[in-house]
Amino acid sequence: MSKPVVRHRFPLVRLGPTATGIVTVGLGLAAAEITIRADWINRFIVPPPSEVAVGIARIVLEEHIGRRFLLTAGECLVAGLMIAVLGVAAGVLIHRFRLLRRATETWVAAWAAAPVVLAYPLFMVIFGRNAWTIIMIGFVAALPPVILKTIEGLSTTRKVLVDVGRSFNLTGAQQFRKILFPAALPTIFVGVRLGLIFALINIVGVEFLINSGGLGQLINDLAERYDLAGTYAAIFFVVLVSVAFFVILERIERWLRPID
Amino acid sequence: MAAASDSAILTVDGVTVRFPTPEGAITAVEDVSFAVAPGEFLSIIGPSGCGKSTLFNVIGGLLTTHQGTVRVAGEIISGPHQSIGMVFQEESTFPWRTVGDNVAFPLELVGMPKRKRIERARRFIAMVGLAGFENRYPGELSGGMRQRVSLARTLASEPKILLMDEPFAALDEQTRLLLGDKVLQIQQQLQQTTLLITHNITEAVQMSDRILVMTYRPGRVKRIVDIDLPRPRDSEILGSEAFGRYVAQIWNDLREEASRGMKDEESHARDHEASA
Ligand SMILES: Nc1ncnc2c1ncn2[C@@H]1O[C@H](COP(=O)(O)OP(=O)(O)OP(=O)(O)O)[C@@H](O)[C@H]1O
Ligand SMILES: [Mg+2]
Repeated sequence: MSKPVVRHRFPLVRLGPTATGIVTVGLGLAAAEITIRADWINRFIVPPPSEVAVGIARIVLEEHIGRRFLLTAGECLVAGLMIAVLGVAAGVLIHRFRLLRRATETWVAAWAAAPVVLAYPLFMVIFGRNAWTIIMIGFVAALPPVILKTIEGLSTTRKVLVDVGRSFNLTGAQQFRKILFPAALPTIFVGVRLGLIFALINIVGVEFLINSGGLGQLINDLAERYDLAGTYAAIFFVVLVSVAFFVILERIERWLRPID
Repeated sequence: MAAASDSAILTVDGVTVRFPTPEGAITAVEDVSFAVAPGEFLSIIGPSGCGKSTLFNVIGGLLTTHQGTVRVAGEIISGPHQSIGMVFQEESTFPWRTVGDNVAFPLELVGMPKRKRIERARRFIAMVGLAGFENRYPGELSGGMRQRVSLARTLASEPKILLMDEPFAALDEQTRLLLGDKVLQIQQQLQQTTLLITHNITEAVQMSDRILVMTYRPGRVKRIVDIDLPRPRDSEILGSEAFGRYVAQIWNDLREEASRGMKDEESHARDHEASA
């Protein structure tokens, strides 16, 4: 007895989430185009998507977008590596020592809400007006979610898994390496992903503020020239950085932990 | 009796466990003593909350705040002992490892080279009837299959004593029967000393050489019943008169305890309502 293959009536659903996503964005853009052209939205505040598309071509040709993209993405990558290594390490330490945990957890949560980017003058004094200032602000702003999620992942490991380890007489180090850490990994990844978003926002923000570096500086320049289509086009590239990191992270996660 | 405990591989002697609670200490297990001979299949049966898991944790060395002693081959244990392999009531496979790597886990711990441990793990995976699933992840398996993976993982460490806490409790009746057969078959094949905690009477009678019935609050030994049925015990024996007699006898013992347990919980609930 072979079951008939269930086919969805709507081709959109059958083609899967990717197609649905693209079509949704397309519809959104079309709606924006129409409302702006019909003058329901002021085109000096929001330029029509078609002009933004032209703007993308223009800034690619005129504004060294490749170099800027790589600069911002590179700053993000360095900050990302730093949060992945130091943030997870800090989370592990705080989880390990109960006193430390009770003493610091609330502070870390408070720090997550702090607008770190506003401290940019301080960072400029310490690191100078260069990429390190930008990276360090991204790093400091992105640390809390990584630390908090690492602690959460480690402390919510199911007790029975820890008991399995104990029943096999694991040493403390083995217990951590073979059970606690792999069990916490999916949660840690959520933290790193959040952290990267925090880092990107802060990096672009500080580039904008101090008018130096990659995409943020470009947005600042274009906005000052009142080139709105160009500004939105540059923002499109910021989104592209975020998408690139998202895809890379997903790959790494699949490779580390194929299936749950 | 002295001779019996001399040859015993596991001896539990006067084990008492108290837990502090806000309403004062409760005695979960009181003065439990018994011995298990090599190759024997002993079941411990008792109503919910009578202290079975507590006793499981004491014998497995995970709980050490007890009075009394647990000996493995004469040696008093003070923590998890390598001769005892535990299978837990809850799902306990590692979701980030394949079936093969789950089962090879204890072999990896003793530093067995990769190729050898994969080979060895394969044997135990086949034993629990999961050959061909080596490269799957637990997330791709059913609950019963995962429980078999846990069993294979514990068997792979080749424990002298297999200690299981209601390993089939979360499974449906058919899966439970099939798994029970599997365990019994493996136990006979390896001559594995086995301690099974359960609250299923039929299962206990079908598998065990002896059954220890526990009382409710505090958990004491109510009776130890010798099951004098021929082996191998296939499903035919389930219908025999002797089998029925054992089941009835143990049900009789248990009913008293179980109803005491129920009343206890009801009165607890009433106290709560009254105080609320
Ligand atoms: N850590 C603990 N702290 C306080 N009380 C506990 C603790 N662990 C168990 N108890 C109590 O000890 C008693 C026995 O618990 P246990 O888990 O051993 O029962 P059980 O026989 O395994 O029950 P079940 O068949 O439902 O699994 C229960 O009344 C329980 O409330
Ligand atoms: Mg229990």
